[in-house]
Amino acid sequence: MFHWLEKHPFFFAVGVFVVIAFAGLIEILPNFAQASRPVIGTAPYSTLELAGRHVYIKNSCNACHSQLVRPFKSETDRYGHYSLSGEYAYDRPFLWGSKRTGPDLMRVGNYRTTDWHENHMKNPASVVPGSIMPAYRWMFTNKADIDTAFAEQLTVAQYFSVPYNQPIPMKDGSSKVVKMGESVDKANAIALEEAKLIAADMRDQDVKDAVERGEIPEIVALIAYLNSLK
Amino acid sequence: MENRPLEYDYTIAKMFMLTTIVLGIVGMLIGVVLAFQLAFPGINLFLGEGLAEYTNFSRLRPLHTDAVIFGFTLSGVFATWYYVGQRVLKVSMAESKLLMILGKVHFWLYLAVVAAVVVSLFAGVTTSKEYAEFEWPIDIGVVLVWVIWGVGMFGLIGIRREKSLYISIWYYIATFLGIAMLYLFNNMEIPTMLATSDVGESGIGAWYHSVSMYSGTNDALVQWWYGHNAVAFGFTVPIVAMIYYFLPKESGQAIYSYKLSLLSFWGLMFVYLWAGGHHLLYSTVPDWMQTMGSIFSVILILPSWGSAINMLLTMKGEWQQVAASPLIKFMILASTFYMFSTLEGPIQAIKSVNAIAHFTDWIIGHVHDGVLGWVGFMIMAALYHMAPRVFKREIYSKSLMVAQFWIQTLGVVLYFTSMWIAGITQGMMWRAHDEFGNLAYSFIDTVTVLHPYYAIRGVGGLLYLVGFLMFAYNIYKTMSARPVEAGELQSASPMGA
Repeated sequence: MFHWLEKHPFFFAVGVFVVIAFAGLIEILPNFAQASRPVIGTAPYSTLELAGRHVYIKNSCNACHSQLVRPFKSETDRYGHYSLSGEYAYDRPFLWGSKRTGPDLMRVGNYRTTDWHENHMKNPASVVPGSIMPAYRWMFTNKADIDTAFAEQLTVAQYFSVPYNQPIPMKDGSSKVVKMGESVDKANAIALEEAKLIAADMRDQDVKDAVERGEIPEIVALIAYLNSLK
Repeated sequence: MENRPLEYDYTIAKMFMLTTIVLGIVGMLIGVVLAFQLAFPGINLFLGEGLAEYTNFSRLRPLHTDAVIFGFTLSGVFATWYYVGQRVLKVSMAESKLLMILGKVHFWLYLAVVAAVVVSLFAGVTTSKEYAEFEWPIDIGVVLVWVIWGVGMFGLIGIRREKSLYISIWYYIATFLGIAMLYLFNNMEIPTMLATSDVGESGIGAWYHSVSMYSGTNDALVQWWYGHNAVAFGFTVPIVAMIYYFLPKESGQAIYSYKLSLLSFWGLMFVYLWAGGHHLLYSTVPDWMQTMGSIFSVILILPSWGSAINMLLTMKGEWQQVAASPLIKFMILASTFYMFSTLEGPIQAIKSVNAIAHFTDWIIGHVHDGVLGWVGFMIMAALYHMAPRVFKREIYSKSLMVAQFWIQTLGVVLYFTSMWIAGITQGMMWRAHDEFGNLAYSFIDTVTVLHPYYAIRGVGGLLYLVGFLMFAYNIYKTMSARPVEAGELQSASPMGA
């Protein structure tokens, strides 16, 4: 049979394809039938948080930081409860990372503050002596891209039924509504409201002034995102 | 059959040889910069505060991986295809105008995509998925490049004179099919410009932005099915194609066993795709997939070692060639590193080992003994073998090759030994508890302890880069030398007596 295949390239290629596609069919398709469902307390990202997530991706934070707590005592001691599949239901793309040059950030919102992040992103070694993380000072002047974050919200709401503007059950029995604007202007206004709350906890006068003027620096969006990781 | 010897056309092979070298230098140089940035963070500002955004570790890291995978390695794969393909199929590219045009379009489009990738990654336009960072406009370019390569490949196969496909061709076909399938499925995404707001606005935000079709755990599953097998079909399959051609050619020995090559090929095809799950051990993907990932990773030793042993046994009775010929040295070391790396990988895929190794530098060490030792050495060997034949000139300096070999070997050894120690140290420190059950170390303790290993790794990488520059210089001097006068080269093999 093999000798025959080696003389018939078409059938050879078909054979190879069948053999390599087999594993994908068995492993991947069944899991898709059972798409991840959000756990109680998992809410979609707000416009500002999503813009912050884009800043995180733009700077490949995931090259050095994981967002996956494995079920070991040493990890739950350090980072909190181990990860559950449903907690990632709104993560497109997933940001688990493959390397922990720096610590895991899955639940960083539980134990770091706006103030801490601000100092850390300006000069990591001032907050964590010995840190080898570079500073990200340009995030204090670059502007966050709220329009693209809004476009992404619209896309996931339209194509994947992500529940914006709908009550989402929280762990304490209450419910929460994540707002999505109906237009670009409205989305920017919603993001700015949220940005003001973050900027109020920050010290950098230029950032505060920018938010006062209606602009949102990348750092504000990024901190909103990091604070949402719980 | 005609009686006159075939004149093969190496135009396209030459073009891809050049990009192999240039992109190799770029990718490795960025790698060395990254290595030293981890050892000495001040280097993040090597072009000053103003350009820090473009020179810091995190922005450069995808450029390094993509330059090495899709620049250096893929160029090497294409260069060898346009050389080996004609020779084992016994047909010249020049016999078909269409194939020549396709080849040229393939090259220039590839170059355009490379340029687009460099610009977009520097700008931070990325999907974040490892080795699949490109946004949808570039993905379309990648698919086009791939389809054109495939049409050219099957076109050449279609007009072949040698009816039976040689082993190398099996592997090139598998490379084409494997990457095509993986890349398409992993990059399924919806451009956000398609969304329309409630008041009818559309085309909102950045036009190139997209959102993945898969979310969370599913996305991770598809990504590592891709990520692991991009390694399979980019770093293993086509490199095996190369060694099956170049080692017998260079040594004058026939392949040791046809049956072993059959077993290794079909075994590799079937087993490799299952192993992606080992990137997701202890994550939130279902347990049975994690276990399958582990088991198949261990089984993978069989087909991998099948190829490697087939190569080593091909040298049976001719081992003096390893001492005599630098080119054989490169290839034998490459297959040795292949064996080494394909044993190390399965060990890391065992769940309890992975619990320590995952997220640490041991993984980085594993990748690099594979890529530097196996992929890098094999591609350089292939180009050294091709250079005298496509440029019709003798290799410029054999002693430079020997020096390069030892410098790079030392570099690889420094690289993986330092990363082993770093990885296992960090993995053990993360999980250490004191007598009261509290964590023994804060995270930063596990970072500062790595400093000496990061510095040694940087030196190892630098040595490898120096060796690669010697390689580039040697090829450049070969190309630009006075052509050998009419007739045969002085030696049948560039290294032979």
